[in-house]
Amino acid sequence: MRILIAFVIVILAAAHLLLPLSPLAEARALDPGLARLLLVELRLPRTLLVLGYGATLGISGAALQALFANPLASPDISGASSGAALGAVLGGYWLGLTQPMTLAACGAAGALAAMALLITLAGRRADTATLLLAGLAISLAAGAATSIALALAPSPFAFYDAFDWLMGSVVDRSLPQALAALIPAAFACLLLLRRARALDLVALGEDVAASLGHRPRRLGLEVILLSAIAVGACVAVAGAVGYVGLVAPVLARRITRGHPGQAMVPAALIGALLMTLADLVVRVIALDRPLPIGVVTALFGTPLFLYLIVRMRRGVAS
Amino acid sequence: MTSLCARNLVIPSRLSATDLAVASGELVALVGPNGGGKTSLLRAIAGVEQASGQVSIDGQDIEALSEARRARLLAFLPASREVAWPISARDVIALGLGARDGQRIDELVLLFELEALEQRPVNHLSTGERTRVLLARALASSPRLLLLDEPLSNLEPYWVLRLFEILSDFTDQGGMVLVALHDLAKLNGFDRALLIAQGRVLQDETPAKLVASARFEEIFRLRAAPGGWAIRR
Repeated sequence: MRILIAFVIVILAAAHLLLPLSPLAEARALDPGLARLLLVELRLPRTLLVLGYGATLGISGAALQALFANPLASPDISGASSGAALGAVLGGYWLGLTQPMTLAACGAAGALAAMALLITLAGRRADTATLLLAGLAISLAAGAATSIALALAPSPFAFYDAFDWLMGSVVDRSLPQALAALIPAAFACLLLLRRARALDLVALGEDVAASLGHRPRRLGLEVILLSAIAVGACVAVAGAVGYVGLVAPVLARRITRGHPGQAMVPAALIGALLMTLADLVVRVIALDRPLPIGVVTALFGTPLFLYLIVRMRRGVAS
Repeated sequence: MTSLCARNLVIPSRLSATDLAVASGELVALVGPNGGGKTSLLRAIAGVEQASGQVSIDGQDIEALSEARRARLLAFLPASREVAWPISARDVIALGLGARDGQRIDELVLLFELEALEQRPVNHLSTGERTRVLLARALASSPRLLLLDEPLSNLEPYWVLRLFEILSDFTDQGGMVLVALHDLAKLNGFDRALLIAQGRVLQDETPAKLVASARFEEIFRLRAAPGGWAIRR
């Protein structure tokens, strides 16, 4: 199954990089160097960004769901994504920061603040309703604050970017921008992957994990901090994209027979796949303006989200 | 021969400084009123984060060991039987082993008669069935010490008796078992009983002597009555 998913990702990534083919062919007819430029400078950052952002959402979503023991915990529902967008907007439009890495740090700080607030409001082993309501409140508040911050920003054009921040966009990102998102995200994700066994054991209760020498409280802080860094850096470059971080781990646990920690790797693959697919859809729909990628993920994700809620109502956690 | 040696175990506001030594092959009951510290003592020995103190088993300080080595020394069954995810019973037992060992899992499935349940998600099982799965998980790594919090609650009578058989086989092979217990009628099955209240071990005797002591009646607010216990007024 994992190999199949990886294979599909390779095909989708190649399609994402090469399609539409005609501009590349035309550029190549003019000058092979131009075609290369087009591919490496314009298309590659976008492909890397969708793959990396999708994988990040998958891993951090799986880790957060394992930690909260709840299939609805995710970067978007915990408020981390919206918090990251707010952090990046404040840093970029109000503090005048321009370095991609500094903005990524602002995103991480925003995500961390949102999750700290969530823990304060809902507590660690919160029941689903409390977690959802607290996360929703934080998301809405952070989204509104982002809009206000953009509306009142010194730059008169800032408000036009609101859509990109709130729904996500990977259009016209440079290679340095993509790297500013992906390098911190990759570091954080690798550290999260090292906690797979501990997160699997937490399924049996924190005390069982502790009896085997893991430290659940420290694990919790680590997962929250690392998810905030990974998601924050991606959001600072590409805006908040919903649903992928929720849906990918749910599907991934089907592959790992319910184990929440082991689900991180397949969740990364599925997240990358979904995000690439969504961006291909964005590009296929030829509008005179770019459709935010988050609109597509929400369209696909909402039915699954509703299905999940119905299943939970029947008392079957996914 | 002393095999478990715990010194100066403390969980702030739950358990005052406690020392405990248990010999190989001992089956020990922890009894006491609700909130008295039975669970806290088990958790402190298991080494949860809030606890301080030293625990060594067969001369090895558990704090310093890797997960795999620690799993060979002790296993903990908490009072909560909740498992948040739909993991199959077989996979839950496998979580007790570092490396997947199909033969060992088969042995435990057989021991706890889980053949019909092994592929079902544990969060769909009844609490008693889940208790058996989680007991199998605890035994999987063949630890030296089992820490069991209320293992008998939710079990049907057959399984209460079966569990005593399984535990006495375990202690016959030199294993040690600490069991937090509410049902005083089951005390006779144990080699030794600790009376725990107000966060400390008040008495440490054979079950028969403990039950006969005045302190026991006072702490539990009970008195011996024909065929069992009556409330002491």
